[in-house]
Amino acid sequence: MTNLHCTIAGVDFKNPIVMASGTFGFGKEYAKYYDINRLGGISGKGLTLHPKEGNDGIRVYETPSGMLNSVGLENPGVRAFLQQECSRWEKLDIARIVNLGGNTIEEYVEGAALINEDNMNREREGRKAVDIIELNISCPNVKAGGMAYGIQTVTAREVVRQVRQATSLPLIVKLSPNAEDIVGMAAMCQEEGAEGVSLINTFSAMKIDVYKRRSVFNNLYAGLSGPAIKPIALRMVHQVSKAVTIPVIGMGGISNATDIIEFIMAGATVIQVGTYNFVNLRAGEQLLQELENFMLQENISSLDEIRGIL
Amino acid sequence: MAEVLSNVQVAPGVFRLAVKGHDGGRMGQFYMLRAWDRYPLLSRPISIFDISRDVIEFLYIVAGEGTEMFSRLETGDPISLEGPFGNGFEKPTGKTAFIGGGIGIAPFYYALREIKNADVYLGFSRDSYMVDEFRKATTGNVYVDIGGIILNSVDFNAYDTIYTCGPHPMLHAVQRKQIESGSKAKIYVSLENRMACGIGACLVCSVKCKDGRKKACADGPVFLAEEVVFE
Repeated sequence: MTNLHCTIAGVDFKNPIVMASGTFGFGKEYAKYYDINRLGGISGKGLTLHPKEGNDGIRVYETPSGMLNSVGLENPGVRAFLQQECSRWEKLDIARIVNLGGNTIEEYVEGAALINEDNMNREREGRKAVDIIELNISCPNVKAGGMAYGIQTVTAREVVRQVRQATSLPLIVKLSPNAEDIVGMAAMCQEEGAEGVSLINTFSAMKIDVYKRRSVFNNLYAGLSGPAIKPIALRMVHQVSKAVTIPVIGMGGISNATDIIEFIMAGATVIQVGTYNFVNLRAGEQLLQELENFMLQENISSLDEIRGIL
Repeated sequence: MAEVLSNVQVAPGVFRLAVKGHDGGRMGQFYMLRAWDRYPLLSRPISIFDISRDVIEFLYIVAGEGTEMFSRLETGDPISLEGPFGNGFEKPTGKTAFIGGGIGIAPFYYALREIKNADVYLGFSRDSYMVDEFRKATTGNVYVDIGGIILNSVDFNAYDTIYTCGPHPMLHAVQRKQIESGSKAKIYVSLENRMACGIGACLVCSVKCKDGRKKACADGPVFLAEEVVFE
């Protein structure tokens, strides 16, 4: 019998497979294709305090073994999420992670405070819709805020500190590979009381239309994801895992069971699957099956046996 | 996995692909097609050209790496189909026209299975294709334009419902024609945006509409021409 159970900040994950923010909506689309309650968890579409239209122009471009996206954090806003999605999230039997972005520190804090208040109101009635806040300081596709907070540790510290004070929910911080010092950034998150870090978000990247002699994207740069970034993501997860004691959520191009095992061996507590959802509509179901098979085959009874062995 | 029955070139770079095994679909809907394992990364959204019993057909033009790989498919090859996706065409009322530009003609062939008397306008830049098939499929008139502007052949006031599908500039022109002609017809555009998930989760196929952002894959691909904000 394989044991896939994991824990982050007292929150149970049935298995280490968590769907990454921005690739899974709030879960309802994929729920038509398989039982998403079999997942370890989901991180919802990145939210900001106010609704956001996202970027104009082309938003996706395929690259060798990857893709560029320039969605620009289109989202309905924190309030709409709490009102429209949370009654469904209450019924999910998985770890529910809200991904929170912002343009200013004030927006981050107000967003976190709203989620916190909603959580307390629900808890008073014995209900729960959100287990963890994942702070997004790493979106490369918005002009103000977003990744701007995720480059320099000193700038990010203020956001993490203030959001930490604004919520009693477990807080994890999603880190950018574009950070000047991702290890220092992770260490800072730990110092400021975050219960975990997740990494990596997309790489800031570019595609030029040589006929039009301009960037394919209105926003000039876009975020690179997919198998192309996996080796770098793995190295970063390894470095960060060595440097902090809080749980690390690893992601970047995961698309099969051995990819998951690699991230766990590099030190990740759980992993997130993003772009692979676009390759396979039933990615969660398939990866879970593959992971169980692999562990049986390799005589691994618990992920604890292999976690961080390198 | 479905199986390729045939994959015939009907004009330079244009192929008619027949596949055994599908999950049905209404006119104007599409499937996400994949004839490879991991790479290219994304599946390709292709609209339904025809369905009969257990066979589904697609008409596609080689435009990039994925469709180039489709063009090399042979009888018996496996292909993965996810779908049908999208809203499709609403059942039209009154006198109906279908206007297709280039590969944008594809969804109307299947639509003629239901709307048998529609007038059909087919515009091609260089080579025409499937014209005889369209002539057989409708009891209405078929107008063909090669190298010109097919919209110039259409009297927008002569119809109650008009469906259009084609390149972006053509659909933008449809919107202008609707205003200029003062047509009272319900005029629809079927959009062909880049997609990733195909089911409304990833937001990369976003369409700017007068009442906010919509998703080409899940809210569309068919929209009222008047509601789209063309960039």
